Amino acid sequence: MTTRSSRREFLTKSVQGVALAASGGLVWSYLLKQQAYAAPHAIRPPGAHEESDFTAKCIKCGQCVRDCPYDTLKLAPAGDTVTIGTPYFIPREVPCYMCEDIPCVKACPTGALDHSLEDIEEASMGLAVIDIENCLSWLGLRCEICHRECPVQNKAITIEHHPRKISKHAMFVPLVHSDYCTGCGVCEKACPTEEAAIRVVQPELVQGKIGEHYRLGWTIDTPITQEFTPQQRKDEKSVPATGLDYLNQGDL
Amino acid sequence: MATDNTTVRLGPNGKPVRPFVMPSTLTGKLKVWRFIIYRRIVQLTTLLLFFGTAHWGWTVAGEPVLMGNLSSSTLLGTIPLADPFAVLQIFLTRHVLETEVIIGAGIILLLYLLIGGRVWCSWVCPVNMVTDLSSWLRRRLPIKDRFVLSRNVRYTVLVLSLILSALTGVAAFEWVSPISMFHRELIFGIGMGWMAVLGVFIFDLFVLRDGWCGHLCPLGAFYGLVGKVSPLRILFDTPTCTHCGECARVCPEPQVLNLKKATEAGMIASGECTNCGRCITVCPENTLSFGLRKFNSTSNESSQNLESHHRRAA
Repeated sequence: MTTRSSRREFLTKSVQGVALAASGGLVWSYLLKQQAYAAPHAIRPPGAHEESDFTAKCIKCGQCVRDCPYDTLKLAPAGDTVTIGTPYFIPREVPCYMCEDIPCVKACPTGALDHSLEDIEEASMGLAVIDIENCLSWLGLRCEICHRECPVQNKAITIEHHPRKISKHAMFVPLVHSDYCTGCGVCEKACPTEEAAIRVVQPELVQGKIGEHYRLGWTIDTPITQEFTPQQRKDEKSVPATGLDYLNQGDL
Repeated sequence: MATDNTTVRLGPNGKPVRPFVMPSTLTGKLKVWRFIIYRRIVQLTTLLLFFGTAHWGWTVAGEPVLMGNLSSSTLLGTIPLADPFAVLQIFLTRHVLETEVIIGAGIILLLYLLIGGRVWCSWVCPVNMVTDLSSWLRRRLPIKDRFVLSRNVRYTVLVLSLILSALTGVAAFEWVSPISMFHRELIFGIGMGWMAVLGVFIFDLFVLRDGWCGHLCPLGAFYGLVGKVSPLRILFDTPTCTHCGECARVCPEPQVLNLKKATEAGMIASGECTNCGRCITVCPENTLSFGLRKFNSTSNESSQNLESHHRRAA
């Protein structure tokens, strides 16, 4: 009798113990998952792996933060919008000045910042994107500050000229090239508008992908020029329609 | 011989049981408090070295003194140090780590293997200062123990944090640890981490005596396992013990002061002992002391001694 009741007690105790551990574990793992993927927008130090690998490998020691000579990096305290204890920076406050010796990466003991990154221009902390509704250059002014400040000169940001509607003057607009942009944020810091019209974001938040099946025949060999020479119309005779309308003309 | 004097209780060694009396002189008091003073010095110095290196640029021979925090740091610009439990969790998330942090974890593990695993808890961990305060307050306030929780729950939390690290792909305890939060925010700027520490303080003060450090903390459990084999221990001199129980009254982990086991081993063998030294200074008979692990031959001898004492007492 006693052995049976003690066995029963043992079994219920075990079940209760396992249930306690399981319920605690479920709540805990929910919190972890919630926190781990809560802030994909954070701009990480150079060499940081893809977000989920980075947050897993980062031991939250802050040695990168302390070795940054510009005090760019911060360690997220609890309750911040960025994953707890991980390093990040806000480019509009202090951007990454792309030190050639990359001290933050060297300081990282775990390799959450990839030690194989040796050329800072290979870093991809983020991607600068331009709000063309508020960019002074796109509004027709000759600003181009981002282009001049960009540390990856003339590669990450180039200036393209566009005709400005019916005016004789052209617009000189900045264009970001994702292959070269490191996401350092110097442009965002330098942008003179009240709220930066050029901003560094995580590429996956804004970057599209056309898909492998597209064949862009016209990009091969043929340089596309944007030269525009307005022609004076000589008579009232109808000119061949441009664009898709030629399909409806009957003859080619 | 005990029968003719009813007021004096005798210990198993036949000597009268004396209570601990706090000395009235300051030097006497300081002697009783010496380990708590040493512990606070070590805790605050550790904290100050991190803080000074980070904020005041402390260097020795041009190298930063102690860069980083308790999760991982670099001593004098060269020696890596790392929290072995944090590294173990990251390892379980199946990520390849740099050798630097693995060496650092090895150094710290070796250190605590030598001086006692839970020396971390009572001599280094900053949360210990908070939980010591709540237990000090609790002893002075009329707060009854209303909850019972097994002290082995911490091992469940330990196992859970390892399993969850493997399942969720992030270091499970490091993401919720009030220890890391508190320490990190003391050095790198205050956030909401103080709320976690306040939570621990209130829990310990009003809900469960020694609730966090003695029941739940998986880091303490981890170091408890490490400390099982360490040579530095609290030694137990059986013949002098009168079973007065003063040591167990001040001990934050009183289950380690199992006098039967202590007699057999001649020391406090449990890894859950934090080597805080409270018991040493309150023992009226000087039965307890810091020392190196006794080998089996000596412990047998002392247990034989006790048996003979028992016989004599009877």
